[in-house]
Amino acid sequence: MNFGVVVFPGTWSDCDFHYVIGEVLHQPVRYVWHRDNQLSDFDCLILPGGFSYGDYLRAGAVAGRSPVVEALPEFVAKGGVVLGSCNGFQILCESKLLPGALMRNECLQYRCQSTFLRVENAETPFTRSMRPGQTLKMPISHGEGKFYADAETLRRLRDQKQIVFRYASEDGRVVKDANPNGSLDNIAGVVNEEGTVLGLMPHPERASENAMGGTDGLLIFHSLLGSLVEDGSFLKR
Amino acid sequence: MSGAEPKVTLELALASGLTGEEYDRIIRRLGREPTYTELGLFSALWSEHCAYKHSRVFLRALPTTGAAVLQGPGENAGIVDLGGDLALTFKIESHNHPSFIEPFQGAATGVGGILRDIFTMGARPIAILDSLRFGDLEDPKTRRLIEGVVSGISWYGNCFGVPNLGGELKFAPEYAGNPLVNAMAVGLVRKDRIFRARAEGPGNPVFYVGAKTGRDGIHGATMASATFDEGAEERRPTVQVGDPFTEKLLLEACLEAMATGAVLGIQDMGAAGLACACSEMPARAGTGMEVELSRVPQREAAMTPYEIMLSESQERMLLVAARGREEDLRRVFAKWELDAVEIGRVTDDGMLRVAMHGRVVAEVPVRALADEAPVYEKPTARPAWQDELARFDPLSLPVPADLTSALLGLLGSPGIASKEWVYRQYDMQVGINTLVMPGSDAGILRIKGTRKAVAVTTDCNSRFVYLEPRAGAAMAVAEAARNLAVSGAKPLGLTDCLNFGSPERPEILWQFKEAVAGIAEACGTLEIPVVGGNVSFYNETLGQAVLPAPVIGMAGLIDEADSRCTQWFDQEGDRIALLGPEDVSLGGSEYLWHFHDRVAGVLAPLDLAQEGRVHEACRAAIAAGLVRSAHDCSEGGLAVTLAESCISGPRSIGAQVNLPAGDRRADLFLFGEGPSRVVVSVPREAERHFERLMGEFALPWRWIGRVGGQALVIEQHGKEMISVSVDRMAYAWRVGFERHVA
Repeated sequence: MNFGVVVFPGTWSDCDFHYVIGEVLHQPVRYVWHRDNQLSDFDCLILPGGFSYGDYLRAGAVAGRSPVVEALPEFVAKGGVVLGSCNGFQILCESKLLPGALMRNECLQYRCQSTFLRVENAETPFTRSMRPGQTLKMPISHGEGKFYADAETLRRLRDQKQIVFRYASEDGRVVKDANPNGSLDNIAGVVNEEGTVLGLMPHPERASENAMGGTDGLLIFHSLLGSLVEDGSFLKR
Repeated sequence: MSGAEPKVTLELALASGLTGEEYDRIIRRLGREPTYTELGLFSALWSEHCAYKHSRVFLRALPTTGAAVLQGPGENAGIVDLGGDLALTFKIESHNHPSFIEPFQGAATGVGGILRDIFTMGARPIAILDSLRFGDLEDPKTRRLIEGVVSGISWYGNCFGVPNLGGELKFAPEYAGNPLVNAMAVGLVRKDRIFRARAEGPGNPVFYVGAKTGRDGIHGATMASATFDEGAEERRPTVQVGDPFTEKLLLEACLEAMATGAVLGIQDMGAAGLACACSEMPARAGTGMEVELSRVPQREAAMTPYEIMLSESQERMLLVAARGREEDLRRVFAKWELDAVEIGRVTDDGMLRVAMHGRVVAEVPVRALADEAPVYEKPTARPAWQDELARFDPLSLPVPADLTSALLGLLGSPGIASKEWVYRQYDMQVGINTLVMPGSDAGILRIKGTRKAVAVTTDCNSRFVYLEPRAGAAMAVAEAARNLAVSGAKPLGLTDCLNFGSPERPEILWQFKEAVAGIAEACGTLEIPVVGGNVSFYNETLGQAVLPAPVIGMAGLIDEADSRCTQWFDQEGDRIALLGPEDVSLGGSEYLWHFHDRVAGVLAPLDLAQEGRVHEACRAAIAAGLVRSAHDCSEGGLAVTLAESCISGPRSIGAQVNLPAGDRRADLFLFGEGPSRVVVSVPREAERHFERLMGEFALPWRWIGRVGGQALVIEQHGKEMISVSVDRMAYAWRVGFERHVA
């Protein structure tokens, strides 16, 4: 399975994803420069964390209009999958590949901490090796991660099972105390209608080795690897 | 020469921060009056900040060599050998004055500046630490400063993408008008790809890369070389404005350009901007340099040569390229959408020649600027207050009736309480190297591709330094080394940030001289070289000098990352031991300050040889896997150390401690502070082995209790002195600082 890690000016989780995919999972992986739009070599593209273009406008707003992001709809239509974490999630929302928006944390401060996520949908290519209701430990590191969507969009997200991860307590209860940024409905990650584009604020690449405090992030990669079928397409839900 | 520039007079020279004597010296050296631009160059390069005029004679005492030292002081940052083909570079620097005037940008650009010092060496930054000192927390102005400084550090470091691995946050009223903001950065570099700030090879092109030049920060170096008066806050225009995004691009572009082989030398344009880089780089290489200022990318119109040379606009570098490789450089910087403009060339005549539209506006020997600033050996005098401070006997105060309440009070005192409010605003993991985040005695990073790890810390107890500058500064070195030892690391080198008041006052200069001597002594015995640092004088406002703070930043090596150690108790039944001497004192203690508002008394003695043995013993026990936790016993004394080991980990756990009968008072016993002490916990099955190992080191130690339960109970000879649940301790400790800030 060929992974591409997209690099925007200001991206900083690119090396971390590259390391986990290449050195921990031993999968082929290459960097993709933000001006590239030839994506046919890849099965999965990662939009990593960072401050693309400094996030001086809105987080992800400028990167959301870059050549590589504009090529993503075609990449997905041809069977590719896209994982956006942190700034990558913000970029996917800004480019309308995912619904909703990410706003300033409710506490108005940056937050770097461990969180627990409850798996709400275990039938996407990103979550297939998880159990529904399972809790995953994964850190966050962001200042603008408060997910918001209007009532109609939220209803659609629920109806179509697009909500994949919600912040929860260690024992899996979705409670206010477990919500680190004020996200609507404790939403930490969502997929598109087809289930082929995942955005989440937490950092799976920081939870992929025991030395880093846990390996729950690897479940996302294991799901992807297990979802790729022989003809090169992904199992969809 | 330019006719539009003001005429240079003695008055102008004095106004620019030079003394009359220095001005005469410049005239003698040049054989003529300087031009306006030349005066600007001298005022910046000969400022205390750049030239270390008052400190240089004392700093010579510091040991700067050692087997692991690849680069000592004098470059942008020092470098130590990590073994194999890797090396570690690190440096600490102050940004005190700017952070008081404009806390957010002052602190942010402090981080930006120290990061550039690291990546100019060819290294990728892998960690930052921040050592902060403020006035009384009850003062709303202090809260505003803390919030500004912390959010500035958070913004810059997080956006740039470097993890924050630790630091300090301390309080004393003396910092109210002059907070200390020191930032340390650490980088990893391949030994065969170390770069230096030298302009080698006459004829080679000189490139300006990075952000454009504006009028911000002009005279920042001069501002940092004077004390504050009431108008300090009006100096806001001398504070620079940071752009961490551009810095991130500059990092990637510089490392990529360095990998092409086209870069020969590189220097950050920090304090005194182009003036400093254009004179120091050729001075180090014995060359000269000529630059044409009209080519310098500018973001403001009609800037004068004086302004362009002295601007401290951020995120800029001066780079000397190999002739013929110019296109390689331009290609890399164009990819990262940064300016890279050839503004001049290296010459062989030892002169800095600055032209504007072809007209020479300054022509000065580079050595006159970079190497010939006057060196002062000003008078020092032991302050009269030292004797009075030493005369106070803390044991003249009554023993508190309720020792448990005293412990809870100390855990909630802002100096000791949890600083999670601060570090949860910092990215601590980017780079996925962080093995131990802030909250233990040292931060620990793995070195990918090896089994090694690096531990980093900053330390200084400025109350100790105030009471006994020499011993106090030696104790800062000892404590930093101890914090590394309890993490399992052997120190490789240190960087010091020496924050003091005005060196023109003999009492302050005496504090400085003594402190430097103390650092030198400790470094000598503990065999830790000083590989770089920074002196920050003039930390006083309206005649009130800060408590002297020679902050020690230290990095050490752990051979086996898996054997690293943290400060918190982990398992029921583990046995607790106290390593180190019995000697403690309430002089200068957190207890004396918190309950009696006093900084006075005499410190416990420091035996550096014994200190070293304690470190060796710790490292040996940790490497052999015999201890589950090890915690430096420092502020708050033994009781606070035990409490922290109970409550600072992922889950709280109690301890039962029984101390032998003694003739010493309970408050001294529990809360007295002294060097060379460590609390460890040892698994049952390792007790015998641990005892044998300790026997090999000639040091005092003893078993004092066991981990377990949900309370900390401390008895002396069977008599209960403290008994408190871990929940109550954890609550006091968690809210103690946080309740004061938003």
